Amino acid sequence: MKSFAISVEPIDVTACARRLADDRAGALVTFEGWVRNHNDGQQVGSLEYEAYAPLAESEGERILAEARERFALSGAVAVHRTGHLRIGELAVWVGVTAEHRAAAFDACRYIIDEAKARLPIWKKEHYASGATAWINCATRGEHAGGSAP
Amino acid sequence: MTRVNVQYFAILREQRGLMSETLETNAPTVSGLYEELRARHGFTLPGNRVRAAVNDAFVPQSHVLREGDRVVFIPPVAGG
Repeated sequence: MKSFAISVEPIDVTACARRLADDRAGALVTFEGWVRNHNDGQQVGSLEYEAYAPLAESEGERILAEARERFALSGAVAVHRTGHLRIGELAVWVGVTAEHRAAAFDACRYIIDEAKARLPIWKKEHYASGATAWINCATRGEHAGGSAP
Repeated sequence: MTRVNVQYFAILREQRGLMSETLETNAPTVSGLYEELRARHGFTLPGNRVRAAVNDAFVPQSHVLREGDRVVFIPPVAGG
């Protein structure tokens, strides 16, 4: 199984963590990205995620390989959801194991930051008002729709 | 004329009203193709905010199109 996956199904956190089980590891650091009920001053009712899966998966694998090169890791796994997610649902999961916690914390941060900046994944916010917006895709004259990348 | 397949995602998919299409173009590069399609379909994103991939790999805007290429234009991303 690959280390990075795009998933149309809910992310099974227990199964992800089990894949990182390693007798040499003394630390597991995980990051969960949740669907939040507001953004940029607007009430958000749900989020729709869309991915260009083949490139998202190859770029995701590249990010995990970079993390393994930069930090002293035992393992690294990440999964990103696609589809229409409700408030509170898990959108992205990152797990990193290492002998010691410092490398695990640093690598986990590196992976989620790079993933957000580089993976061809898009999200559309559905607002309480009924309006929708693709985040980061507003052009002049439209509502900004979200924070800068 | 070069025959290519274009796949659309997110805001471009909605503005085009299609997930993919095969078309013929005189544009030599991916950036030229984007400008052609933007003019035809009224895409709101300017070319400098869109990246491109050909055959499932990122390419520069100057990438030269070849017969049978699968082209994807990538709007600003927002994963996480």
